[in-house]
Amino acid sequence: MGTASTTTTTAAAAASPITPPPLSLLKTLKLKTKQQELLIRSAILCLVYLLAFITRLFSVLRYESMIHEFDPYFNYRTTLFLTDHGFYHFWNWFDSESWYPLGRIIGGTLYPGLMLTAAFIYWCLRFLRFAVHIREVCVLTAPFFASNTTIVAYFFGKELWDSGTGLVAAALIAICPGYISRSVAGSYDNEGVAIFALLLTFYLFVKAVNTGSVAWALASAFGYFYMVSAWGGYVFIINLIPLYVLVLLITGRYSMRLYVAYNCMYVLGMLLAMQIQFVGFQHVQSGEHMAAMGVFFLLQVFYFLDWVKYLLGDAKLFQSFLKITLTCTIGLGGLAFGVGMASGYISPWTGRFYSLLDPTYAKDHIPIIASVSEHQPTAWSSFMFDFHILLFLFPAGLYFCFKRLSDATIFIVMYGLTSMYFASVMVRLILVATPAVCLISAIAVSATIRNLTSLVRTKSKVSNTSSSKGAVSAKASSKASSDLSPPFGKNAAVALLLGAFYLLSKYVIHCTWVTSEAYSSPSIVLAARGAYGGRVIFDDYREAYYWLRQNTPPDAKVMSWWDYGYQITAMGNRTVIVDNNTWNNTHIATVGRAMSSYEDEAYEIMRSLDVDYVLVVFGGVTGYSSDDINKFLWMVRIGGGVFPVIKEPDYLVNGEYRVDKGAAPKMLNCLMYKLSYYRFGELTTEYGRPPGYDRARGVEIGNKDVKLEYLEEAYTTSNWIVRIYKVKPPSNRW
Amino acid sequence: MAKTTAKDAQDLFRALRSAYAATPTKLKIIDIYVVFAIFTALIQVVYMGIVGSFPFNSFLSGVLSCVGTAVLAVCLRIQVNKDNKEFKDLPPERAFADFVLCNVVLHLVIMNFIG
Repeated sequence: MGTASTTTTTAAAAASPITPPPLSLLKTLKLKTKQQELLIRSAILCLVYLLAFITRLFSVLRYESMIHEFDPYFNYRTTLFLTDHGFYHFWNWFDSESWYPLGRIIGGTLYPGLMLTAAFIYWCLRFLRFAVHIREVCVLTAPFFASNTTIVAYFFGKELWDSGTGLVAAALIAICPGYISRSVAGSYDNEGVAIFALLLTFYLFVKAVNTGSVAWALASAFGYFYMVSAWGGYVFIINLIPLYVLVLLITGRYSMRLYVAYNCMYVLGMLLAMQIQFVGFQHVQSGEHMAAMGVFFLLQVFYFLDWVKYLLGDAKLFQSFLKITLTCTIGLGGLAFGVGMASGYISPWTGRFYSLLDPTYAKDHIPIIASVSEHQPTAWSSFMFDFHILLFLFPAGLYFCFKRLSDATIFIVMYGLTSMYFASVMVRLILVATPAVCLISAIAVSATIRNLTSLVRTKSKVSNTSSSKGAVSAKASSKASSDLSPPFGKNAAVALLLGAFYLLSKYVIHCTWVTSEAYSSPSIVLAARGAYGGRVIFDDYREAYYWLRQNTPPDAKVMSWWDYGYQITAMGNRTVIVDNNTWNNTHIATVGRAMSSYEDEAYEIMRSLDVDYVLVVFGGVTGYSSDDINKFLWMVRIGGGVFPVIKEPDYLVNGEYRVDKGAAPKMLNCLMYKLSYYRFGELTTEYGRPPGYDRARGVEIGNKDVKLEYLEEAYTTSNWIVRIYKVKPPSNRW
Repeated sequence: MAKTTAKDAQDLFRALRSAYAATPTKLKIIDIYVVFAIFTALIQVVYMGIVGSFPFNSFLSGVLSCVGTAVLAVCLRIQVNKDNKEFKDLPPERAFADFVLCNVVLHLVIMNFIG
């Protein structure tokens, strides 16, 4: 088939010279069927590309062009630094504003792909004389890459099945909520770029396996490099691809193409990945990457054996040869791995990896991983919420894949199954499963509709317009095998087609609704319905951070729970003790201990950390439920994990967590409780309730007379969501 | 038992040699290249065992350079081998161009990495 550009020129040339009205222009175009199909296909693809971008702009329309959530603020801050100071300063940046007094080597402890991408786009736009602000670029990076993902999905679907599948896959992934949740405008996070890189790597690898070309393998290695530079989820790639190779080997589908594709991709990809400082030598040292290396050596052995077998052409001789080499290689490999493990040269698996394989691991051993809500196991409802009909189409697509097994479909089946498993272990990994689910569902949709339309068409040669939608009929119009006899006749087929369209349109409605209602809130600005149905905006976070920025000394140190660390440094421009990069558990536990101790003990800890201000988030006035009191048990757990003086049962009453009169005495007098409820007892929050009624938890608080001795209230935002306290200097007489 | 194994091995060797003699010269040249690369890699590994792996990136880039070269050469060998039916419609010129491209990338990266 010709390229798109030639088609459009022929289309322009074929337009009749009489200049008919624009509607009938299309009919007079006199294109060949193939060209028509190409035109329609590229038009659909363009529309999907636009759609994917536009549907992610809800958050900009509803609120404003702003960065969302927690981690994106760090990314934004680093991008700002990168564009201000240039690449080398960025690479060597030691940040003393976080993790006081330790500091953090930013250049060596982050995945720079996202920042470099945004900065590159920014520089390009600047070069073209578009005077954009870097924030706009950051806000729109994720939607832009989501659009690019649809193109990759199209080509992937085409590689897997046919171009119709590609189109359906592109359309499905453009609006799939599982992906939108991480890529709305403003959610400037690694995942937005990484899913594009992930899918690109997989597509190029499958292409390399199908063609056996070194050049495609090289391209796939570059895709892998981009992925490694963007997100820690690259570990999934480096384990899935060897697994896939292994499965092909076991099922006897080994081919030279596979050898070429995997080896080139592995060697070049590994080498490229080592250029990222944060990843460094992990590809040869950490246990998570050993599978890839093992498969690499296995393939060499396999190839060598295959070659010898081909040379010998004698079964008996080969048998003896096999015996000798196999014992040697297995012995050597096992010995090397054992020595590596024993000498500590190969590091064991990390906790996060363990918690993936064994979902209960984190809960027992690493509270800091278990405390993050996006690391929780997934509920059925959120599967339904994020996938909608794809959840039912997924098994159907698997069926079609198994019916037409090829190297490519085996790959997508394995990708789908493994990522589904991971998605059910951790909520946030739904994101990784989304492309696979979309692709497999697209196979189901496309194959079903193609079968049905061909059924409709063969039954009655006359009615060739029965399938209403132009796009689908164009997709399905090409050679359709009509050997299967229609069991229920044409009408049933039409009914099924209508049903399919109904389902798909439901999917579109669901996706749009989810995007606009659930996934477009920035979570830094809160919206609620007021008593009269109007929208109320709580902009307390930014209020507090700007207060910090303008009213505190530039070298002030702010202590808060780690969730708010990135935001305080990015928006408040003040030094924090801990932040969302949870690299030092002890430091976080120290803060947790301070928060859960009595005020005088906490004062000692805060003095030792040079803390000037303490920031707590409190939702008792507005009914905002993810505040620090609700997170408090995690502070106790994480603090108690390092400092055994903090014991969880001290804060519970009969295993129950409460803040009212029946609460544990230690709970009522710990620092976090005092800071949250200071002077709250004087406030009437709801009509008909006693003063001091906590709307987030629906109880009247137990300690209404909070006295602070070592701290004083510095600032409380208009809706009391953020409260800032100043740590008093030690008294100079005793 | 040991005797039969030895005899087997001898038979094997002879059979392999006679079979290998029929390989085209082009492929033989590639084979020598591969063997040379693997041999160089082995030397480096042994040297690392004796001296220690202190500039680990240098060691890695040295070994990976050899391994990468060897792997790419094996791929080239697979692709230009007339007996491989899978690569019938891939012209040897294209295979060689791919090979050169990958080697350029490989060694550019290694130059960056060697420190």
